[in-house]
Amino acid sequence: MASTEFTMRVWRGDSSGGNWNDYKVASEEGMVVLDVIHRIQATQAPDLACRWNCKAGKCGSCSAELNGKPRLMCMTRMNTFEPGQTITVAPIKTFPIIKDLVTDVSFNYEKAKTVPAFKPKPVEADGTHRMFQEDIDRVQEFHKCIECFLCQNVCHVIRDHEDNKPQFAGPRLFVRLAGLEMHPLDTNDRLELLKSKAGLGYCNITKCCTEVCPEHIRITDNAIIPLKERVVTEYYDPVAWLLRKVRGKRKVAAE
Amino acid sequence: MADTGKYETHEFDVIVIGAGGAGLRAAIESSAQGAKTALICKSLLGKAHTVMAEGGIAAALGNVYPEDNWKVHFRDTMRGGKMLNNWRMAQLHAQEAPARVLELEHWGALFDRTKDGRILQRDFGGHRYARLAHVGDRTGLEMIRTLQQHAVHRGIDVFMECNIQRLLKDGDHIAGAFGYWRESGKFVLFKAKAVVLASGGVGKAWKITSNSWECTGDGIALGADAGAELMDMEFIQFHPTGMVWPPSVRGILVTEGVRGDGGTLRNSTGKRFMFDYIPAFFKAETADNEAEADRWYEDKKNNRRTPDLLPRDEVARAINTEVKAGRGTPHGGVFLDISSRRDADYIKRRLPSMYHQFKELADVDITKEAMEVGPTCHYIMGGVRGNSDTTETRVPGLFVAGEAACGINGANRLGGNSLSDLVVFGRRAGLYAAEHAKARKGTVSIDDEQVEQTARSLLQVFNDSGTESPYAIHADLQDCMQANVGIIRTESELKTAIVEIPKLRERLGKARVEGNRQFNPGWHLALDLRSMLTVAEAVTLSALERKESRGGHTREDFPKTDTHFAKVNVVLRRAGDSFTVKQEPLPEMPDELKQLFEEKA
Repeated sequence: MASTEFTMRVWRGDSSGGNWNDYKVASEEGMVVLDVIHRIQATQAPDLACRWNCKAGKCGSCSAELNGKPRLMCMTRMNTFEPGQTITVAPIKTFPIIKDLVTDVSFNYEKAKTVPAFKPKPVEADGTHRMFQEDIDRVQEFHKCIECFLCQNVCHVIRDHEDNKPQFAGPRLFVRLAGLEMHPLDTNDRLELLKSKAGLGYCNITKCCTEVCPEHIRITDNAIIPLKERVVTEYYDPVAWLLRKVRGKRKVAAE
Repeated sequence: MADTGKYETHEFDVIVIGAGGAGLRAAIESSAQGAKTALICKSLLGKAHTVMAEGGIAAALGNVYPEDNWKVHFRDTMRGGKMLNNWRMAQLHAQEAPARVLELEHWGALFDRTKDGRILQRDFGGHRYARLAHVGDRTGLEMIRTLQQHAVHRGIDVFMECNIQRLLKDGDHIAGAFGYWRESGKFVLFKAKAVVLASGGVGKAWKITSNSWECTGDGIALGADAGAELMDMEFIQFHPTGMVWPPSVRGILVTEGVRGDGGTLRNSTGKRFMFDYIPAFFKAETADNEAEADRWYEDKKNNRRTPDLLPRDEVARAINTEVKAGRGTPHGGVFLDISSRRDADYIKRRLPSMYHQFKELADVDITKEAMEVGPTCHYIMGGVRGNSDTTETRVPGLFVAGEAACGINGANRLGGNSLSDLVVFGRRAGLYAAEHAKARKGTVSIDDEQVEQTARSLLQVFNDSGTESPYAIHADLQDCMQANVGIIRTESELKTAIVEIPKLRERLGKARVEGNRQFNPGWHLALDLRSMLTVAEAVTLSALERKESRGGHTREDFPKTDTHFAKVNVVLRRAGDSFTVKQEPLPEMPDELKQLFEEKA
C-alpha cells in the first residue's frame, strides 16, 4: 500500500504554556488526520491528549484547527494535503487549554443550562401529538447539530473578545434556541432571553459559523436571521405590538 | 472508618455510571422519583455511543401497520434471539417501548412523520412490520440530545470525563464507586445507596468494530468484580454491514436502514446471494425468489420479505461465507446497492449521514454506485445479569441497564431493539434504584482499604521499571480476539485465546506510562485494558462452554443448534483473575406466551 510521509506540527502544552512539536509520520490511503494523531500516540507520544469518540463525524468530539482551519479531525482526509507538507494541528482557540488538543468547553454546557426548557402543548385525545413533516423539516435541520463547537470557536464575538462571553450564547446556542422556538409543539417564549442575556444582537451575520459547520446547518440564514426577525417584530414593530395587544400573546414568556 | 477526606468525595442516593441512552434515562427517572442523583460519564455529555445509533427505535406503535402490537414485537424479538431471551424482559420491552417513544416525542424529539402527522416507522431485519421510529439515519443523535437536554433541565449533577474504576461495597451491599477525573488525573470518591451500571459495550477488544474508544466493557468488569453474575457473554453481534474500505474506516457502521429502505446485497458475480442462506426457521416468512422480494418493497401484505432483511446474525454469516468462498469484492466485502432501486433525492433524504460518510471517507457516491460492506463487531448480547423487572443484580443496590446488561436479546439482537431497550430498562433501573435508596436503612460506610488498594493499583503503571506500551498490548488483544473469538469459532482457536489473554494481562502488569496524570491517553488505555481483558476472558470461556451454534455464536466444530443448549444460559462468576462457568436453565415461559409461537407465521 502506498504510504506518504507527513510532518505533523502538533501544539503541545497546558494552561501554563506550550509549543509546537514536529512528528514525522507515515500515512496510508484513506487515512484521516485523527488516524495520524492516533499513530503518533501509539508510536511517538503516548501521552498526547486529544478527544475523540466515533471517528465517523457523528459525535463532534475531535474538533481542532488544521493549518489554521477549524475542522473535525476524523473527517479530514490526509490526501487533501500536499505530500511532504507540514500540517499544523492546534487546539480550538476560543476555549481555555486543558492539555495539548483538549480544551475546556464547559462554557457551552453552562450556556445550555440557561436555555428555558422545551414545554410541549397537551397531547391529542389519543395520547399522541400530530405534526406534519413539512412543519418539522426546518427544526430537524437544527437537530443535526453534533455539538462540535466549531461554530462557537470561529465566532469572532467570543473568539477575540473573552469579555463578551458572559452576555453572548454563540451560534450553537442560537441553533438550539431556534430549534425550540420553531418547534411545532413548544409553548415557551425565549425572545426576551435572546434579546438580552443570549446577546443575539452581537451577531453581525458574517456567516463564519455556517462556513465551518460539518453538518452543513445553515446557521446564519435559517437560525440566526429568523430569530433576529422575531426579536425585531416583538420589540420594535408598532403594528405587531398593537395586534398583540388586541389578540394576546401566542406564547408565554419563560422564566 | 474511611479517611474519605483524603479524596474529593460526593454523596448521592443514586449514582448512574454511563450517560448513553440507558444512563440518561435511568438518571432522569431516579431524579424524578426524588432521589439525589449523579450521572457519571467517561466522555463529554452527549458523546456516548448511543449518538452513533442510526436506523431507529423499535416500538409497536402500529402507525404504519395497525396489525402490529406488543405480542408481534415480543414474538419477533424472541425468534430473533433464537428463543434464548429472558421472556419476561422481552415481554416488558415490547409492552413498554411505545410509551417510551411517545415520551421522547413529548420531551422534544422530532421523529420523521407519516402523511397523517404521526411517527413514521421503517422496516428492519427480523421485524415483521415496519416498526422503527426514526430520524433519517441519525436516530441516536436525536435520542441522546433529547434525553441530555431533559436531564440538564432536571438539574441532575453530571460528572463528565470521570472514569469509574471500582465499585465499593459495605459488606454485601453496594456503597459507592471510586475513579479518576480524566482532566486532572485526580481521584474521586462517590458514596451512594444505589448504583446503576449503564456503561455500554465491549467492541474495542476487537480489531474491526463499529464501537468508539469508550466501549471497553467497564461496567461488565466492574459488575463482575463486585460479585454480580455475567450471562450470555458468548453472544457477540457482528453487524453485517460495516465499511471495509479504506482500511482506516474499516468497521464503521452502515445502517441496516439501507436495506430497510430498499438496498440489496450482491456478491462479486452480481448474484443476490441471500436467497441461498434462508434458514428453515425463517422460511415461511421470507421470499425465496427475487421477483417476490422486489414486490415486497411495494406490497408488503401479499409478498414475503426479502432475505436481505433476515436477522443480523444470519446476514453476517452469509457475507462471511461468500467472501471466504472467493466471491467477495476487491476489498474483501460484498456489495450493498440502493442506487438501482431508489432515486438520489430519496437516498439523501432517508440516509443523509450514509451519503455523507461514504462521500467524505471513501469517495463513493451511494446514489450512483454500490457500497462495499462486511461484518463488524457491533454489540454484545451478554452482560451483567439483573432481575427481569427491577434490573437489580445479585449485589444488593447494584442495578444494570442497556448494553452492559443481558437477557432481553438472547442469542441475537434485532436492529432497533437496542434504543428501545435503553429507555425501557434505563427507566426501570432508575426507578428501582431510587426506591432501593429510599428504603435503605442506616448510613453507607466506605471501606478505606478498598479505596486505598484501588488508588495504589491505578498508579502502578507510573513506574520506571515497566517496558510494555499499552497501545501495543491493545493492538495485540484486538488481533487475538479478531482471529480467535470472531464470527466463526472453533475449540482450538478459543483455547489459543484462553492462553493468550493471561499473557496479555501479565504484560499489562509490566506496562509503563509516560508523562503525568493530567489527561493522559496512555494511562487511560492501560486502565481500560483491564476491563477489556476481563471481558475478553469472559467471552472466550462462555464460547468454549456453548458447544453449538446459535445467534451471535457460531462454532465451526458444532455447526448446528443443540436441544440441550436451547434450554440453558451460560453464567459466569468471578473467581480470582478468572471465572467459574456454569449452565443454568432458562426461566419457563407462561403458556399464554408460548401460544404465540405455535400460531402460523
